[in-house]
Amino acid sequence: MATSKGTAASASTTEKSSSLQTEILLYLSTNNELNTWSYAKERGLDHQLVVGTIRSIESLGDVIKSEQHTSRSIGLTDEAKGLLRDGSYEYNIFQAIPADKGIEQPQLMKLPNANIGFAKAMSKGWLQVDKSSKPPMVKRKVDTVQDEVQHLLQRIHSLELTDSSAEEVVELKKRKLVEDVTINYFTVTKSAGFSTNISKPETDLTAEMLQSGSWKTANFKPKNFHAKGLLPSYGCLHPLLKVRTEYRQIFLEMGFTEMPTNNFVENSFWNFDALFTPQKHPARDVQDTFFLSDPAVTTKFPEEYLQKVKQVHATGAFGSIGYQYDWQLDETQKNVLRTHTTAVSTRMLYQLAQEKTFRPAKYFSIDKVFRNENLDSTHLAEFNQIEGLIADYNLTLGDLIGVLYQFFRKLGMTKLRFKPAYNPYTEPSMEIFSYHEGLQRWIEVGNSGMFRPEMLLPMGFSEDVSVIAWGLSLERPTMILYGINNIRDLVGPEVDLKMCRRNPICRVIPAKSEE
Amino acid sequence: MPTIGVKRSLLFQELGRTYTDEEFDQLCFDYGLELDKIEPIPDSTDVEYKVEIPANRYDILCLEGLSRALNIFLQKAELPKFTLSNQKSIRMKILPNTQRIRPFVVGAVLRNVSFTPDSYNSFIKLQDKLHQNLCRNRTLVAIGTHDLDTIQPPFIYDAREPKQIKFRSLNQQKEMQADEMLEFYAKDTHLRRYVSIIQDSDVYPVIYDSNNVVLSLPPIINGDHSKMSVKTKNVFIECTAVDLHKANTVLNTMLTMFAQYCSKPFEIEPVEVEQVDGKVIVYPNLAERFESVSVKKINQRIGINVDAQTAATLLNRMSLRATVLDADTLRVEIPVTRTDILHFCDIAEDCAVAYGFNNIVKTVPKTSCIGNQFELNRVSDLIRHSVAEAGFTEALTFTLCSCSDVAEKFGKTIENIPAVHIANPKTQEFQIGRTTLLPGLLKTIFKNQDTQPIQLFEVSDIILKDATQETGSRNERHLCALFYNRTPGFEIIHGLLDRIMTLVKIPYNESQSGNEGYYLNNQYEDSAFFPGSYAQVIVKGQNVGVIGVLHPNVIEQFGLKVPCSALEINIEPFV
Repeated sequence: MATSKGTAASASTTEKSSSLQTEILLYLSTNNELNTWSYAKERGLDHQLVVGTIRSIESLGDVIKSEQHTSRSIGLTDEAKGLLRDGSYEYNIFQAIPADKGIEQPQLMKLPNANIGFAKAMSKGWLQVDKSSKPPMVKRKVDTVQDEVQHLLQRIHSLELTDSSAEEVVELKKRKLVEDVTINYFTVTKSAGFSTNISKPETDLTAEMLQSGSWKTANFKPKNFHAKGLLPSYGCLHPLLKVRTEYRQIFLEMGFTEMPTNNFVENSFWNFDALFTPQKHPARDVQDTFFLSDPAVTTKFPEEYLQKVKQVHATGAFGSIGYQYDWQLDETQKNVLRTHTTAVSTRMLYQLAQEKTFRPAKYFSIDKVFRNENLDSTHLAEFNQIEGLIADYNLTLGDLIGVLYQFFRKLGMTKLRFKPAYNPYTEPSMEIFSYHEGLQRWIEVGNSGMFRPEMLLPMGFSEDVSVIAWGLSLERPTMILYGINNIRDLVGPEVDLKMCRRNPICRVIPAKSEE
Repeated sequence: MPTIGVKRSLLFQELGRTYTDEEFDQLCFDYGLELDKIEPIPDSTDVEYKVEIPANRYDILCLEGLSRALNIFLQKAELPKFTLSNQKSIRMKILPNTQRIRPFVVGAVLRNVSFTPDSYNSFIKLQDKLHQNLCRNRTLVAIGTHDLDTIQPPFIYDAREPKQIKFRSLNQQKEMQADEMLEFYAKDTHLRRYVSIIQDSDVYPVIYDSNNVVLSLPPIINGDHSKMSVKTKNVFIECTAVDLHKANTVLNTMLTMFAQYCSKPFEIEPVEVEQVDGKVIVYPNLAERFESVSVKKINQRIGINVDAQTAATLLNRMSLRATVLDADTLRVEIPVTRTDILHFCDIAEDCAVAYGFNNIVKTVPKTSCIGNQFELNRVSDLIRHSVAEAGFTEALTFTLCSCSDVAEKFGKTIENIPAVHIANPKTQEFQIGRTTLLPGLLKTIFKNQDTQPIQLFEVSDIILKDATQETGSRNERHLCALFYNRTPGFEIIHGLLDRIMTLVKIPYNESQSGNEGYYLNNQYEDSAFFPGSYAQVIVKGQNVGVIGVLHPNVIEQFGLKVPCSALEINIEPFV
């Protein structure tokens, strides 16, 4: 019940304030200026109520403006406020005395503040005391008196009299009826958006308003457009894999088929030997490649193919003099964590070569590879390799250059140049450089080449089939794209999830096509 | 890729002109080299160019070879003709014991050499480069170079017990026995890496002259007696090896590079090597190889259209002497220095390099194919998007981890886990392939645990040992999701599972048995999970994974502070 009472009380205050708002606005519509102090006094209102109402009108917007002033003045003490209402003590004493016969003194002195009143009335010469009778009788000395004190208080109260140094005021101060006060008051004027017809705006549209239609007449507070909104709860994909999606999309747009690369463990045969990488090549060193202790070896190989691979390494074949060394079966059996996805490309090409009639193929993959490297800010033991290849009759190095322009154009890179390079399983081999407009220099963006006949012919391809291929890492271009310097800030358990959650959508913008 | 350092002033002197750094960088780029760094030489206005050399071009691993190749490329010089002198040859005999440790030796002599301090320095540096690269840190081949005037042929190549070998090694004051010598060099910062090549053998390879002077203890150290200097006039080079082909390549490289400083440039004095079976082979073998090459095939491979004469000129610039036989046929001479030429395709490439890769007109292959996605990857991506849509943040963690990451930390023993083990990890972090995605995600939470809740997931491959597979192992594609908060939120992880099952159209199996739909089987416990808060996820009757609240021990092991619920399932059945 207390609550509902409180609500009723505050509602009535609101109503009062609301009607005062209207009055103030009406006053201002006909007057240039409103002085809160005098406005309150004139209407017998509490000054604080008037000031509060002005404040609430101001909060509605650009309706009125106010300016604060300070004034020294005199004010009535609480005691004086009683006198203002009831008359001065001396006046009351005088009035209490019947005009004809007087009154017994002890009875007179029972009136409130009779001592002060009696003394003041005596000194003003309004009374005479007949001490001959017992008890003494008090009689009027004059017929009528004016209550000058109350009149003065009235004048002070209505601000007619504000001079604190006036003789009569000094007198009242002595009687502690008047004191010096500081008044904070406001002068209020109309502002640009002045209107007498205002109501407090609503903060938000509600379902009730829509149903009742009250939104049509209601005022709405404008939204705050200078603060941030509240973030929705959301999940997100990893920044590196968003870039992977873009690369994957590019290959699919170019008609490439994705290779099944879900075999991280590979044997040395498919990872190295089938790619014409000699068994003593530095890449096969324990310093560079992760070998497995369990399961340590693979023993099942396509035997006929294995013999051809052995031959092309050890003694040469298919028009090649080979590397001329003692090729070891146990070396090819060793299981490794694949060092490149080209191991999968090799398996795919071998399968393609086993088909009865050759069909051209375009393959791609993006997946993890492993290197037993020394770790630093740009090298991890595992990274993602992007790889694409085309197998067809009589492909040329010019075709490779052409397809690389197409591929990198989709990544927004149009200025390419190619450097001769060495790779055991491609010849010619080309490093791909792109001019980076932001960094203002050429950066290496990938490797490419034509697979060697020593790799393709043992598989069973005819001599006129060529395979062009290229590869790059996923992490490096992503680090450049996002401006990340330490690879651990991009992948692995030390990544700051806030970075992932803030990461924008990844949209690799292709360059406009030539011509 | 090896990198060599050459003084710029010497290089430009050899090239007969100066280049700006940019011009020389472009020349390197065109030839397939890389001007990697330019380093100041202290107390000098000269600088050193660090040039990266392709790993199969041993013939340009020194200033002499580099400048020779570039001068020929720039058509300012021709490929020299290497000849053998007809002087009576020095002989070297191989004794049978060597066959147990390091069976081959080859050798040759450079007569009347005039070294300068720079060329002598280059001679030493080339040996180092060859030792590092082609010789695979001396395991395959080791080079010994000697002042021939200090030793007396014929030489013998033997292998003897360490205690029987005693001599004063290079720059040492005292004689040492070979076993002591290896102990001594095991502490040497430069040589200690070679000690293990022979240390455990019962016999060590050693070369003696006819006065029993030790020339060298290959592949460790030479004797001090035959020490060379810039003043040495006659140089004896021997290469001991386990790979004869590489020994020849190394010997030929040393000879063809430095024979230019002989009084008769490019003339080399051979050495006769008597094999164990008594057969005598004369080294070096400087015979060129000849290939007939079709110009049409070159044009076809590269995508250019040059005539026979142009093709011959291009090949000559790459140190391959080519002569036109007819309109389509070149006779290409492959000098002994070009061991990288194995096949026609290498000749075609050299033609392309000289033509200029960047001058080749680009064409677009007409190959027309329809693109296809790998279904497992397509399904993975669809599931990844769905889990992210459900409010989870994707992590990307490492495939390799330590044994304890999948075993001890989950209250298990590694012997019971079908993990593949790495034989040569550089750190404890990479002992095995992960068999679960959990440790990576828990480590990610550890680094990010300030704000909660964390909803994290990953879709990636784990590796399992599987004897039915060709390599004895296979990948398996997993989804793992975690909810980390002050309250475990099992219902959130459970709800995610229900959501995924809805998306892959697998209904809930009320009967909790049979081969239909999915349900949770809570009949077992797992040390990774809190008792009573663990179940197997059964899909179409198959156990595809786990769901539950992680055990407080696991939380502690990963340095976490509040509870965590987890789901990990194999998603391959949904493909």
